[in-house]
Amino acid sequence: MRKVKEFFIEKLILICGLASIFFVILIFLFLAREGLAVFKFVNPSNFLFGKNWYPISEPAQLGILPLIFGSLLVTLGAAIISIPIGVACAVYIAEIAPLKIKEILKAGIELLAAIPSVVLGFIGMVTLVPWVKTVFHLPTGLTALSGAIILAFMAMPTIVSIAEDALYSVPKSYKEGAFALGATHWQTIYRVLLPAASSGIVAAVMLGIGRVIGETMAVMMITGNAAVIPQSILVPVRTLTATIAAEMGEAVVGSEHYFALFAIGIVLFIISFIINVTADLFLHKRH
Amino acid sequence: MVKFTARNLNIWFGQIHALKNVNIEVEANEILSVIGPSNSGKTSFLRMLNRLNDLNPGFKMNGELEFDKEEIRKIDVEILRKRVGMVFALPLPLPLSILENVAYGVRMHGEKDRNRISEIVERSLKQAYLWDEVKDRLNVSAFKLSGGQQQRLCIARTLAVEPEVILFDEPCSGLDPISTAKVEEAMLKLKKDYTIVLVTNNVKQAARVGDRTAFFLSGELVELDRTEKIFTAPSDTRTDGYIRGKFG
Repeated sequence: MRKVKEFFIEKLILICGLASIFFVILIFLFLAREGLAVFKFVNPSNFLFGKNWYPISEPAQLGILPLIFGSLLVTLGAAIISIPIGVACAVYIAEIAPLKIKEILKAGIELLAAIPSVVLGFIGMVTLVPWVKTVFHLPTGLTALSGAIILAFMAMPTIVSIAEDALYSVPKSYKEGAFALGATHWQTIYRVLLPAASSGIVAAVMLGIGRVIGETMAVMMITGNAAVIPQSILVPVRTLTATIAAEMGEAVVGSEHYFALFAIGIVLFIISFIINVTADLFLHKRH
Repeated sequence: MVKFTARNLNIWFGQIHALKNVNIEVEANEILSVIGPSNSGKTSFLRMLNRLNDLNPGFKMNGELEFDKEEIRKIDVEILRKRVGMVFALPLPLPLSILENVAYGVRMHGEKDRNRISEIVERSLKQAYLWDEVKDRLNVSAFKLSGGQQQRLCIARTLAVEPEVILFDEPCSGLDPISTAKVEEAMLKLKKDYTIVLVTNNVKQAARVGDRTAFFLSGELVELDRTEKIFTAPSDTRTDGYIRGKFG
Protein backbone atom coordinates (compact mmCIF):
# COMPACT_ATOMS: atom_id res chain seq x y z
CA MET A 1 0.00 0.00 0.00
CA ARG A 2 2.74 2.42 0.96
CA LYS A 3 4.58 1.55 -2.21
CA VAL A 4 1.51 2.40 -4.32
CA LYS A 5 1.09 5.73 -2.55
CA GLU A 6 4.79 6.44 -3.01
CA PHE A 7 4.47 5.61 -6.73
CA PHE A 8 1.52 7.93 -7.27
CA ILE A 9 3.08 10.83 -5.40
CA GLU A 10 6.28 10.46 -7.35
CA LYS A 11 4.43 10.45 -10.67
CA LEU A 12 2.29 13.39 -9.64
CA ILE A 13 5.36 15.45 -8.85
CA LEU A 14 6.90 14.37 -12.14
CA ILE A 15 3.82 15.56 -14.03
CA CYS A 16 3.86 18.91 -12.24
CA GLY A 17 7.50 19.29 -13.10
CA LEU A 18 6.99 18.45 -16.74
CA ALA A 19 3.90 20.67 -16.99
CA SER A 20 5.89 23.84 -16.49
CA ILE A 21 8.32 22.90 -19.23
CA PHE A 22 5.46 21.80 -21.45
CA PHE A 23 3.70 25.16 -21.11
CA VAL A 24 6.88 27.06 -21.80
CA ILE A 25 7.37 25.08 -24.99
CA LEU A 26 3.75 25.65 -26.03
CA ILE A 27 4.01 29.38 -25.43
CA PHE A 28 7.25 29.55 -27.32
CA LEU A 29 5.86 27.60 -30.27
CA PHE A 30 2.81 29.85 -30.43
CA LEU A 31 4.96 32.96 -30.21
CA ALA A 32 7.26 31.66 -32.92
CA ARG A 33 4.41 30.69 -35.25
CA GLU A 34 2.65 34.04 -34.96
CA GLY A 35 5.77 36.15 -34.81
CA LEU A 36 7.83 34.62 -37.59
CA ALA A 37 4.93 35.17 -39.98
CA VAL A 38 5.86 38.85 -40.10
CA PHE A 39 8.88 37.96 -42.21
CA LYS A 40 6.54 37.20 -45.09
CA PHE A 41 5.98 40.98 -45.25
CA VAL A 42 9.30 42.42 -44.16
CA ASN A 43 12.81 40.99 -44.18
CA PRO A 44 14.52 40.44 -40.80
CA SER A 45 17.13 43.17 -41.16
CA ASN A 46 14.55 45.76 -42.13
CA PHE A 47 12.49 44.66 -39.18
CA LEU A 48 15.30 44.84 -36.62
CA PHE A 49 17.17 47.82 -38.02
CA GLY A 50 14.40 49.77 -39.73
CA LYS A 51 14.14 53.26 -38.32
CA ASN A 52 10.44 53.77 -38.86
CA TRP A 53 7.56 52.20 -37.00
CA TYR A 54 4.38 53.12 -38.89
CA PRO A 55 2.37 49.93 -38.63
CA ILE A 56 -0.90 51.25 -40.00
CA SER A 57 0.27 53.45 -42.83
CA GLU A 58 0.06 52.23 -46.42
CA PRO A 59 2.40 50.47 -47.01
CA ALA A 60 3.17 49.63 -43.35
CA GLN A 61 6.70 50.36 -42.16
CA LEU A 62 7.72 47.86 -39.50
CA GLY A 63 11.17 48.87 -38.24
CA ILE A 64 11.55 48.31 -34.52
CA LEU A 65 14.96 49.94 -33.98
CA PRO A 66 13.38 52.97 -32.23
CA LEU A 67 11.54 50.62 -29.86
CA ILE A 68 14.69 48.62 -29.09
CA PHE A 69 16.57 51.85 -28.38
CA GLY A 70 13.68 53.04 -26.23
CA SER A 71 13.73 49.87 -24.14
CA LEU A 72 17.51 49.84 -23.82
CA LEU A 73 17.70 53.52 -22.87
CA VAL A 74 15.05 53.25 -20.18
CA THR A 75 16.57 50.02 -18.84
CA LEU A 76 20.09 51.41 -18.82
CA GLY A 77 18.93 54.53 -17.03
CA ALA A 78 17.04 52.49 -14.46
CA ALA A 79 20.07 50.24 -13.95
CA ILE A 80 22.43 53.17 -13.45
CA ILE A 81 20.11 54.57 -10.80
CA SER A 82 19.01 51.40 -9.06
CA ILE A 83 22.19 49.27 -8.92
CA PRO A 84 24.37 51.55 -6.78
CA ILE A 85 21.51 52.60 -4.53
CA GLY A 86 20.16 49.05 -4.28
CA VAL A 87 23.51 47.45 -3.47
CA ALA A 88 24.41 50.17 -1.00
CA CYS A 89 21.03 49.75 0.65
CA ALA A 90 21.60 45.98 0.88
CA VAL A 91 25.02 46.54 2.48
CA TYR A 92 23.48 48.95 4.96
CA ILE A 93 20.70 46.55 5.90
CA ALA A 94 22.90 43.47 6.08
CA GLU A 95 25.90 44.99 7.81
CA ILE A 96 25.48 48.37 9.36
CA ALA A 97 21.91 49.03 10.41
CA PRO A 98 20.95 48.38 14.04
CA LEU A 99 18.34 45.67 14.45
CA LYS A 100 15.34 48.00 14.74
CA ILE A 101 16.17 50.11 11.69
CA LYS A 102 16.91 46.93 9.79
CA GLU A 103 13.40 45.59 10.49
CA ILE A 104 11.80 48.88 9.46
CA LEU A 105 13.84 49.11 6.26
CA LYS A 106 13.11 45.53 5.27
CA ALA A 107 9.39 46.08 5.79
CA GLY A 108 9.63 49.26 3.73
CA ILE A 109 11.34 47.44 0.88
CA GLU A 110 8.69 44.73 0.90
CA LEU A 111 6.05 47.41 0.79
CA LEU A 112 7.74 49.06 -2.18
CA ALA A 113 7.65 45.71 -3.97
CA ALA A 114 3.94 45.41 -3.22
CA ILE A 115 2.94 48.66 -4.97
CA PRO A 116 1.23 47.74 -8.24
CA SER A 117 3.07 49.11 -11.23
CA VAL A 118 0.07 51.05 -12.47
CA VAL A 119 -0.01 52.94 -9.17
CA LEU A 120 3.68 53.77 -9.47
CA GLY A 121 3.07 54.91 -13.03
CA PHE A 122 0.20 57.08 -11.89
CA ILE A 123 2.22 58.66 -9.08
CA GLY A 124 5.05 59.23 -11.53
CA MET A 125 2.70 60.88 -13.96
CA VAL A 126 1.37 63.45 -11.50
CA THR A 127 4.56 64.12 -9.49
CA LEU A 128 7.70 63.14 -11.37
CA VAL A 129 6.69 64.14 -14.88
CA PRO A 130 5.92 67.82 -14.06
CA TRP A 131 9.12 67.95 -11.99
CA VAL A 132 11.26 66.67 -14.87
CA LYS A 133 9.55 69.14 -17.15
CA THR A 134 10.34 72.20 -15.01
CA VAL A 135 13.82 71.17 -13.90
CA PHE A 136 15.09 70.52 -17.43
CA HIS A 137 12.91 73.15 -19.17
CA LEU A 138 11.37 70.61 -21.52
CA PRO A 139 8.23 70.86 -23.65
CA THR A 140 7.05 67.65 -21.96
CA GLY A 141 8.07 65.70 -18.86
CA LEU A 142 7.09 62.39 -20.44
CA THR A 143 10.67 61.26 -21.11
CA ALA A 144 12.98 58.29 -20.94
CA LEU A 145 14.43 59.80 -17.76
CA SER A 146 11.06 59.75 -16.01
CA GLY A 147 10.59 56.16 -17.04
CA ALA A 148 14.07 55.23 -15.84
CA ILE A 149 13.49 56.80 -12.42
CA ILE A 150 10.17 55.04 -11.87
CA LEU A 151 11.57 51.73 -13.12
CA ALA A 152 14.53 52.13 -10.77
CA PHE A 153 12.00 52.14 -7.94
CA MET A 154 10.56 48.91 -9.28
CA ALA A 155 13.93 47.20 -9.63
CA MET A 156 15.13 48.31 -6.21
CA PRO A 157 13.14 45.87 -4.02
CA THR A 158 14.37 42.90 -6.06
CA ILE A 159 17.98 44.07 -5.99
CA VAL A 160 17.95 44.98 -2.31
CA SER A 161 16.28 41.86 -0.98
CA ILE A 162 18.29 39.36 -3.04
CA ALA A 163 21.60 41.17 -2.55
CA GLU A 164 20.88 41.44 1.16
CA ASP A 165 20.26 37.69 1.32
CA ALA A 166 23.53 37.07 -0.49
CA LEU A 167 25.47 39.30 1.89
CA TYR A 168 23.76 37.83 4.91
CA SER A 169 24.62 34.29 3.88
CA VAL A 170 28.36 34.97 3.67
CA PRO A 171 29.74 32.80 6.50
CA LYS A 172 30.29 34.76 9.69
CA SER A 173 33.77 33.28 9.88
CA TYR A 174 34.87 35.26 6.79
CA LYS A 175 33.97 38.44 8.53
CA GLU A 176 35.70 37.45 11.75
CA GLY A 177 38.77 36.40 9.79
CA ALA A 178 39.01 39.84 8.23
CA PHE A 179 38.42 41.62 11.51
CA ALA A 180 41.03 39.45 13.21
CA LEU A 181 43.61 40.68 10.71
CA GLY A 182 42.86 44.22 11.79
CA ALA A 183 40.57 45.20 8.92
CA THR A 184 38.21 48.10 9.48
CA HIS A 185 34.49 47.57 8.99
CA TRP A 186 34.57 49.18 5.55
CA GLN A 187 37.63 47.15 4.47
CA THR A 188 35.81 44.02 5.56
CA ILE A 189 32.71 44.95 3.59
CA TYR A 190 34.59 46.03 0.51
CA ARG A 191 37.30 43.38 0.33
CA VAL A 192 35.66 40.32 1.87
CA LEU A 193 31.88 40.49 2.02
CA LEU A 194 31.16 42.06 -1.38
CA PRO A 195 33.51 39.70 -3.29
CA ALA A 196 32.21 36.70 -1.37
CA ALA A 197 28.63 37.66 -2.13
CA SER A 198 29.36 38.84 -5.67
CA SER A 199 27.60 36.00 -7.46
CA GLY A 200 24.43 36.62 -5.48
CA ILE A 201 24.69 40.34 -6.08
CA VAL A 202 25.07 39.83 -9.84
CA ALA A 203 22.02 37.59 -9.77
CA ALA A 204 20.13 40.29 -7.87
CA VAL A 205 21.08 42.91 -10.43
CA MET A 206 20.13 40.66 -13.34
CA LEU A 207 16.75 39.86 -11.83
CA GLY A 208 16.19 43.55 -11.21
CA ILE A 209 17.04 44.38 -14.82
CA GLY A 210 14.85 41.50 -15.97
CA ARG A 211 11.97 43.04 -14.12
CA VAL A 212 12.67 46.45 -15.67
CA ILE A 213 12.88 45.28 -19.25
CA GLY A 214 9.62 43.37 -19.00
CA GLU A 215 7.75 46.13 -17.21
CA THR A 216 4.94 47.61 -19.26
CA MET A 217 2.30 49.59 -17.44
CA ALA A 218 4.39 52.25 -15.72
CA VAL A 219 6.57 52.94 -18.75
CA MET A 220 3.58 53.21 -21.01
CA MET A 221 2.14 55.86 -18.72
CA ILE A 222 5.18 58.08 -18.37
CA THR A 223 7.63 57.70 -21.24
CA GLY A 224 5.59 59.55 -23.82
CA ASN A 225 5.40 56.69 -26.33
CA ALA A 226 7.03 58.37 -29.29
CA ALA A 227 8.49 55.72 -31.59
CA VAL A 228 11.52 57.77 -32.57
CA ILE A 229 15.18 56.89 -32.07
CA PRO A 230 16.05 58.90 -28.93
CA GLN A 231 18.89 61.42 -29.22
CA SER A 232 19.06 61.98 -25.45
CA ILE A 233 17.51 60.71 -22.24
CA LEU A 234 15.30 63.81 -22.05
CA VAL A 235 13.01 62.96 -24.96
CA PRO A 236 9.91 60.77 -25.14
CA VAL A 237 10.59 57.15 -26.07
CA ARG A 238 8.53 54.06 -26.68
CA THR A 239 9.55 50.68 -25.36
CA LEU A 240 8.98 47.22 -26.86
CA THR A 241 6.59 46.25 -24.09
CA ALA A 242 4.52 49.41 -24.28
CA THR A 243 4.14 48.97 -28.03
CA ILE A 244 2.66 45.51 -27.65
CA ALA A 245 0.33 46.57 -24.86
CA ALA A 246 -0.87 49.69 -26.61
CA GLU A 247 -1.38 48.29 -30.08
CA MET A 248 -2.44 44.68 -29.61
CA GLY A 249 -6.04 45.70 -28.99
CA GLU A 250 -6.42 47.49 -32.27
CA ALA A 251 -4.32 45.30 -34.56
CA VAL A 252 -6.39 43.24 -37.00
CA VAL A 253 -5.87 39.54 -36.32
CA GLY A 254 -3.79 38.08 -39.14
CA SER A 255 -2.54 41.43 -40.39
CA GLU A 256 1.14 42.23 -40.73
CA HIS A 257 0.80 44.61 -37.77
CA TYR A 258 -0.52 41.74 -35.64
CA PHE A 259 2.36 39.48 -36.63
CA ALA A 260 4.86 42.28 -36.04
CA LEU A 261 3.68 42.66 -32.46
CA PHE A 262 4.28 38.96 -31.88
CA ALA A 263 7.71 39.31 -33.42
CA ILE A 264 8.41 42.08 -30.91
CA GLY A 265 7.44 39.53 -28.28
CA ILE A 266 10.11 37.20 -29.67
CA VAL A 267 12.70 39.98 -29.51
CA LEU A 268 11.78 40.65 -25.87
CA PHE A 269 11.98 36.96 -25.15
CA ILE A 270 15.46 36.78 -26.67
CA ILE A 271 16.66 39.81 -24.72
CA SER A 272 15.41 38.32 -21.43
CA PHE A 273 16.97 35.03 -22.38
CA ILE A 274 20.34 36.68 -23.02
CA ILE A 275 20.16 38.46 -19.67
CA ASN A 276 19.42 35.20 -17.86
CA VAL A 277 22.17 33.30 -19.67
CA THR A 278 24.70 36.03 -18.88
CA ALA A 279 23.67 35.89 -15.24
CA ASP A 280 24.04 32.11 -15.29
CA LEU A 281 27.44 32.22 -16.95
CA PHE A 282 28.60 34.70 -14.40
CA LEU A 283 27.27 32.62 -11.52
CA HIS A 284 28.93 29.45 -12.73
CA LYS A 285 32.27 31.00 -13.57
CA ARG A 286 32.99 31.33 -9.89
CA HIS A 287 32.40 27.69 -9.01
CA MET B 1 57.09 40.67 31.10
CA VAL B 2 53.31 40.53 31.27
CA LYS B 3 51.37 40.88 28.01
CA PHE B 4 47.78 40.62 29.18
CA THR B 5 46.33 41.18 32.62
CA ALA B 6 42.69 40.46 33.46
CA ARG B 7 41.34 41.60 36.83
CA ASN B 8 37.85 40.57 37.93
CA LEU B 9 36.84 40.25 34.32
CA ASN B 10 33.14 39.49 33.81
CA ILE B 11 31.40 39.26 30.48
CA TRP B 12 27.84 38.60 29.40
CA PHE B 13 26.19 37.69 26.12
CA GLY B 14 22.64 38.88 26.73
CA GLN B 15 21.57 37.00 29.87
CA ILE B 16 24.39 34.48 29.75
CA HIS B 17 27.20 35.17 32.17
CA ALA B 18 30.07 33.79 30.08
CA LEU B 19 33.12 34.71 32.17
CA LYS B 20 32.94 35.07 35.93
CA ASN B 21 35.53 37.07 37.87
CA VAL B 22 38.48 35.89 35.83
CA ASN B 23 41.94 36.94 37.03
CA ILE B 24 44.73 35.89 34.73
CA GLU B 25 48.06 37.06 33.41
CA VAL B 26 49.60 36.10 30.08
CA GLU B 27 53.39 36.30 30.04
CA ALA B 28 55.36 37.41 27.00
CA ASN B 29 56.95 34.62 24.93
CA GLU B 30 55.05 31.82 26.59
CA ILE B 31 52.52 29.40 25.22
CA LEU B 32 49.52 29.54 27.48
CA SER B 33 47.20 26.59 26.85
CA VAL B 34 43.57 27.05 27.75
CA ILE B 35 41.54 23.90 28.26
CA GLY B 36 38.03 23.15 29.40
CA PRO B 37 34.82 21.49 28.21
CA SER B 38 32.52 23.26 25.75
CA ASN B 39 30.70 26.26 27.21
CA SER B 40 33.47 26.68 29.74
CA GLY B 41 34.26 30.20 28.51
CA LYS B 42 37.69 29.39 27.09
CA THR B 43 36.92 30.67 23.59
CA SER B 44 35.08 33.70 25.02
CA PHE B 45 38.23 34.47 26.99
CA LEU B 46 40.38 34.15 23.88
CA ARG B 47 38.08 36.39 21.88
CA MET B 48 38.31 39.03 24.61
CA LEU B 49 41.98 39.44 23.86
CA ASN B 50 41.38 40.83 20.33
CA ARG B 51 37.92 42.19 21.16
CA LEU B 52 36.23 39.90 18.67
CA ASN B 53 33.43 39.48 21.22
CA ASP B 54 32.44 43.05 20.46
CA LEU B 55 30.85 41.76 17.27
CA ASN B 56 28.28 39.74 19.22
CA PRO B 57 25.03 41.58 19.86
CA GLY B 58 24.26 41.79 23.57
CA PHE B 59 27.91 41.69 24.65
CA LYS B 60 28.72 43.42 27.96
CA MET B 61 31.82 43.42 30.11
CA ASN B 62 33.12 44.83 33.35
CA GLY B 63 36.38 44.49 35.23
CA GLU B 64 39.76 45.26 33.76
CA LEU B 65 41.68 43.84 30.86
CA GLU B 66 45.05 45.31 29.99
CA PHE B 67 47.32 44.71 27.01
CA ASP B 68 50.88 45.94 27.61
CA LYS B 69 49.63 47.85 30.69
CA GLU B 70 47.05 49.69 28.61
CA GLU B 71 43.30 49.26 29.06
CA ILE B 72 42.17 47.21 26.07
CA ARG B 73 39.12 49.33 25.30
CA LYS B 74 41.31 52.41 24.97
CA ILE B 75 43.40 50.91 22.18
CA ASP B 76 42.18 51.53 18.66
CA VAL B 77 40.49 48.24 17.78
CA GLU B 78 42.10 47.83 14.34
CA ILE B 79 45.54 48.41 15.82
CA LEU B 80 44.82 45.99 18.66
CA ARG B 81 43.80 43.30 16.17
CA LYS B 82 46.89 43.91 14.10
CA ARG B 83 49.04 43.44 17.21
CA VAL B 84 47.02 40.46 18.42
CA GLY B 85 46.56 38.04 15.53
CA MET B 86 44.22 35.07 15.52
CA VAL B 87 44.11 31.66 13.89
CA PHE B 88 40.69 30.04 13.74
CA ALA B 89 39.49 26.47 14.19
CA LEU B 90 38.69 25.94 10.54
CA PRO B 91 41.31 27.04 8.04
CA LEU B 92 39.78 29.94 6.21
CA PRO B 93 41.71 30.67 3.04
CA LEU B 94 40.28 33.41 0.87
CA PRO B 95 39.44 32.58 -2.75
CA LEU B 96 42.83 33.94 -3.86
CA SER B 97 46.26 32.54 -4.68
CA ILE B 98 48.61 31.37 -1.93
CA LEU B 99 50.69 34.51 -2.31
CA GLU B 100 47.70 36.84 -2.24
CA ASN B 101 46.30 35.12 0.84
CA VAL B 102 49.44 35.87 2.80
CA ALA B 103 49.80 39.36 1.33
CA TYR B 104 46.18 40.18 2.08
CA GLY B 105 46.50 41.68 5.53
CA VAL B 106 49.75 43.40 4.59
CA ARG B 107 48.13 45.15 1.66
CA MET B 108 45.15 46.03 3.78
CA HIS B 109 47.39 47.84 6.21
CA GLY B 110 48.71 49.95 3.36
CA GLU B 111 51.92 48.26 2.15
CA LYS B 112 52.30 48.78 -1.62
CA ASP B 113 55.93 47.99 -2.42
CA ARG B 114 55.97 44.67 -4.32
CA ASN B 115 59.45 43.63 -3.23
CA ARG B 116 58.69 44.34 0.39
CA ILE B 117 55.46 42.31 0.10
CA SER B 118 57.17 39.31 -1.45
CA GLU B 119 59.83 39.45 1.29
CA ILE B 120 57.12 39.42 3.95
CA VAL B 121 55.30 36.57 2.23
CA GLU B 122 58.44 34.46 2.07
CA ARG B 123 59.38 35.15 5.67
CA SER B 124 55.85 34.40 6.95
CA LEU B 125 55.56 31.17 4.98
CA LYS B 126 58.94 30.05 6.32
CA GLN B 127 57.88 30.81 9.88
CA ALA B 128 54.73 28.76 9.37
CA TYR B 129 56.76 25.86 7.91
CA LEU B 130 54.94 26.01 4.62
CA TRP B 131 57.52 27.65 2.37
CA ASP B 132 59.21 24.48 1.14
CA GLU B 133 55.90 22.90 0.21
CA VAL B 134 54.54 25.87 -1.75
CA LYS B 135 57.48 27.94 -2.98
CA ASP B 136 57.13 26.65 -6.56
CA ARG B 137 53.41 27.32 -6.79
CA LEU B 138 52.72 30.58 -5.01
CA ASN B 139 50.23 31.62 -7.68
CA VAL B 140 48.07 28.52 -7.32
CA SER B 141 44.67 28.89 -5.62
CA ALA B 142 44.84 28.39 -1.86
CA PHE B 143 42.00 25.88 -2.11
CA LYS B 144 44.37 23.44 -3.79
CA LEU B 145 46.25 22.97 -0.52
CA SER B 146 45.45 20.21 1.96
CA GLY B 147 43.65 21.06 5.20
CA GLY B 148 46.86 21.09 7.21
CA GLN B 149 48.61 23.27 4.65
CA GLN B 150 45.64 25.63 4.60
CA GLN B 151 45.86 26.00 8.37
CA ARG B 152 49.57 26.79 8.15
CA LEU B 153 48.73 29.26 5.38
CA CYS B 154 46.34 30.98 7.78
CA ILE B 155 49.12 31.08 10.38
CA ALA B 156 51.40 32.67 7.76
CA ARG B 157 48.70 35.21 6.93
CA THR B 158 48.41 36.13 10.59
CA LEU B 159 52.21 36.37 10.93
CA ALA B 160 52.47 38.58 7.86
CA VAL B 161 50.90 41.57 9.61
CA GLU B 162 53.62 41.24 12.29
CA PRO B 163 51.58 40.74 15.42
CA GLU B 164 53.01 40.46 18.94
CA VAL B 165 50.54 37.88 20.16
CA ILE B 166 48.93 35.01 18.29
CA LEU B 167 45.66 33.55 19.50
CA PHE B 168 44.95 29.99 18.39
CA ASP B 169 41.32 28.90 18.60
CA GLU B 170 41.39 25.08 18.46
CA PRO B 171 43.70 25.26 15.45
CA CYS B 172 44.01 21.51 14.98
CA SER B 173 40.43 20.40 15.53
CA GLY B 174 40.01 19.53 11.85
CA LEU B 175 43.50 18.19 11.15
CA ASP B 176 45.08 14.75 10.98
CA PRO B 177 47.86 13.83 13.45
CA ILE B 178 50.71 14.58 11.06
CA SER B 179 49.40 18.03 10.16
CA THR B 180 48.74 18.61 13.85
CA ALA B 181 52.36 17.78 14.63
CA LYS B 182 53.52 20.30 12.03
CA VAL B 183 51.32 23.05 13.41
CA GLU B 184 52.55 22.29 16.94
CA GLU B 185 56.14 22.37 15.75
CA ALA B 186 55.50 25.78 14.20
CA MET B 187 54.00 27.03 17.47
CA LEU B 188 56.99 25.89 19.52
CA LYS B 189 59.37 27.75 17.19
CA LEU B 190 57.16 30.83 17.13
CA LYS B 191 57.12 31.38 20.86
CA LYS B 192 60.67 32.71 20.67
CA ASP B 193 59.29 35.84 18.98
CA TYR B 194 55.64 35.82 19.87
CA THR B 195 53.30 35.31 22.77
CA ILE B 196 50.88 32.48 22.11
CA VAL B 197 47.52 31.71 23.67
CA LEU B 198 46.21 28.33 22.58
CA VAL B 199 42.63 27.23 23.19
CA THR B 200 42.34 23.52 22.62
CA ASN B 201 39.94 20.65 23.19
CA ASN B 202 42.83 18.27 22.95
CA VAL B 203 44.20 17.90 26.48
CA LYS B 204 47.28 16.08 25.21
CA GLN B 205 48.06 18.97 22.90
CA ALA B 206 47.98 21.35 25.85
CA ALA B 207 50.38 19.04 27.65
CA ARG B 208 52.72 18.85 24.63
CA VAL B 209 53.09 22.53 23.79
CA GLY B 210 51.92 24.65 26.74
CA ASP B 211 54.33 26.30 29.14
CA ARG B 212 51.44 27.00 31.43
CA THR B 213 47.91 25.67 31.31
CA ALA B 214 44.66 27.30 32.39
CA PHE B 215 41.58 25.22 33.10
CA PHE B 216 38.18 26.88 32.64
CA LEU B 217 34.86 25.46 33.80
CA SER B 218 31.43 27.14 33.52
CA GLY B 219 32.96 30.56 32.96
CA GLU B 220 35.37 30.37 35.89
CA LEU B 221 39.11 30.01 35.82
CA VAL B 222 39.52 26.95 38.02
CA GLU B 223 43.26 26.56 37.95
CA LEU B 224 46.30 28.07 36.27
CA ASP B 225 49.75 26.64 36.70
CA ARG B 226 52.83 25.30 34.98
CA THR B 227 51.81 22.60 32.56
CA GLU B 228 53.76 19.79 34.28
CA LYS B 229 52.11 20.70 37.57
CA ILE B 230 48.60 20.72 36.08
CA PHE B 231 49.08 17.36 34.45
CA THR B 232 50.88 15.62 37.32
CA ALA B 233 49.60 17.17 40.50
CA PRO B 234 46.63 19.47 39.93
CA SER B 235 45.48 21.18 43.09
CA ASP B 236 41.78 21.18 42.21
CA THR B 237 39.85 17.90 41.96
CA ARG B 238 37.81 19.26 39.03
CA THR B 239 40.98 19.81 37.00
CA ASP B 240 42.08 16.30 37.84
CA GLY B 241 38.71 14.93 36.77
CA TYR B 242 38.79 16.75 33.44
CA ILE B 243 42.30 15.83 32.36
CA ARG B 244 41.66 12.21 33.30
CA GLY B 245 38.61 12.32 31.04
CA LYS B 246 36.03 11.82 33.79
CA PHE B 247 33.82 14.58 32.36
CA GLY B 248 33.78 17.16 29.60
